[in-house]
Amino acid sequence: MLPLVMLGVTFFLFFLTQRLSPEMRASLYIQDPRQMDSLEEVIEKYGLNDPMPVQYFRWLKGAVKGDLGYSESANMPVTSAIKAYLPATVQLAVAAIILVVLFGVWLGIISAKYKDGLADNMIRFFVLAGFSLPIFVLGLILLMIFYGKLGWFAPGEYSFTADMIIHGANFKSYTGFLLIDSLLNLNFYVFFDVLKHLVLPAVTLCIGSFALMVRVMRSSMLEELNKDYVRSARARGLSDFKVIYEHAGLNAMIPVVTLAGIQFIRLLGGTVIVETVFDYPGIGRWGVECAQQLDIAGVMGFSLMVAVLFVLGNLAADILYTAIDPRIRLK
Amino acid sequence: MSIKDIISKAFGSKNAIAGLIIVVFFALIALFAPILAPSSGRDAYQMPQGGYSIEPQAPNAQHYFGTTENQYDLYYGIVWGSRMAFKVGITVVFFALLIGIIIGGAAGFAGGWTDEILMRLTDIIFAVPSMVLAMVIAAMLGRDLDNMMIALTVVSWPSYARLVRGGVLSVKEREFVLAARALGASSLRIFLKHIMPNAIYPVVIMASLDIGYIVLTAASLSFLGLGSPVGTADWGQLVALSRNWILGGHGNPFAYWYTIAVPGGALLLFVLAWNLLGDAFRDILDTSSRKA
Repeated sequence: MLPLVMLGVTFFLFFLTQRLSPEMRASLYIQDPRQMDSLEEVIEKYGLNDPMPVQYFRWLKGAVKGDLGYSESANMPVTSAIKAYLPATVQLAVAAIILVVLFGVWLGIISAKYKDGLADNMIRFFVLAGFSLPIFVLGLILLMIFYGKLGWFAPGEYSFTADMIIHGANFKSYTGFLLIDSLLNLNFYVFFDVLKHLVLPAVTLCIGSFALMVRVMRSSMLEELNKDYVRSARARGLSDFKVIYEHAGLNAMIPVVTLAGIQFIRLLGGTVIVETVFDYPGIGRWGVECAQQLDIAGVMGFSLMVAVLFVLGNLAADILYTAIDPRIRLK
Repeated sequence: MSIKDIISKAFGSKNAIAGLIIVVFFALIALFAPILAPSSGRDAYQMPQGGYSIEPQAPNAQHYFGTTENQYDLYYGIVWGSRMAFKVGITVVFFALLIGIIIGGAAGFAGGWTDEILMRLTDIIFAVPSMVLAMVIAAMLGRDLDNMMIALTVVSWPSYARLVRGGVLSVKEREFVLAARALGASSLRIFLKHIMPNAIYPVVIMASLDIGYIVLTAASLSFLGLGSPVGTADWGQLVALSRNWILGGHGNPFAYWYTIAVPGGALLLFVLAWNLLGDAFRDILDTSSRKA
């Protein structure tokens, strides 16, 4: 089923790109205005006037071989662009999901513990407000305060000094993930610099998406707290802390695991706006640039990659769900 | 549960009432926009430009909320922006719902191959995050209000189609349908008169509560420069116009706070109101996520 859906997605997207005239698509290949006369040649050379299915199969043939074309907005082949930008986004999404799970679980537990009390109502309102605040407005306000006023966190992926080190001769790239690479290089300056630049975008992503986590944790926790084993634990004289965090809390976290998986994937797709606001060089910002500059090979490659991640992620979440909870194992 | 029950139950919560009040407030602004902010141009959605100075002006007697970069009046933008928000939200929900009802209804009622094909169609849309897909569609169709609404409709209908299909499947086997069939009613009559009215009303309520989400996505597209054309009274675009000024100036980092606070605040209130309403209804309609 998966390959069929992917075929459908790429065909649909390709159909959309064909809304642009051959001249518009050809002009992507032209850097110098003086070359405009050779527009016809370019159209001829790349077969931009061919029927759409013919062009689609040409693209598909390349894609199967791992050639997704050349991204003009990134100035490199699409596959290289993905390799260059994806690690930064994964880093950001991991940082964000850690925050989402930590705060989501913690606030969910507190909210359930003081059900309908002041803390519960405040958390629920705060979460709903965070969920309703557009992510770009939140990002800009955080930048205004923490960059403009306090000067703590700057936009971008790393500072100018770190940039010099990273592209210097002594810094070896092992994985593409700067946080890991800097540790492997034993360069803690770069590590903390990159970490510092992650704070604002990760917090923004977290506030924008932990509403669901708090809600799920809260209702799951309320369910657990009503169970017999919690009552027995209390009857045996265990402390409130132990009962809530060790007994009920751990069991209540089962749905959180699946949700975290799903949300992680959503974050990968949702970084589009955050990366643009914070000028963070990840896959999302590249995707926006591709769309803005009508870089067709880029748009196709970007959406194909996001779709593959999204579908595989949802599949993984399903598998994880049944693996972790023996009660819902499918027959 | 009848519609009456659902509505009276939903408005038993204070949150839902607060949400309703804010939505009505914005609706009034939208309705009376021509009186609140008379337009001089031909297209009222186009914000008038008071000069070409780059620097925003702080709120004053002429510009109640100040101006943005390039001297668009924020008050005008907010007032006509609410009208725009309703226009976009209602149009998109209407068409997405229409497509969703037709496709979901056909899939659920016909079953078999029709169902299989139509549901794979929704899978295709679901395979790409909606924000990304909307962005790509809007970019490829070109920066235009109608194209933005088309993009939002394309990414919104599949979830309604699935809900309608589920509703139809559950109603299809009920006794009153069997009774109608036994009385010799035609398939079309059964579908239109007996199944649809019972299958769609929860979906219609859920969909209308999505207006907040749709306006938010529309604002995101406009913020990225892929939505409404330059100068349209659109909250997302007003926020985008504040991007160059968030660091302030004249030694004051918050010198241009209003450029973000005003349109951002309007968006927040609007979306929050719909979420408050949506929460109340979802608790009642969606039994699977009912809070303990």
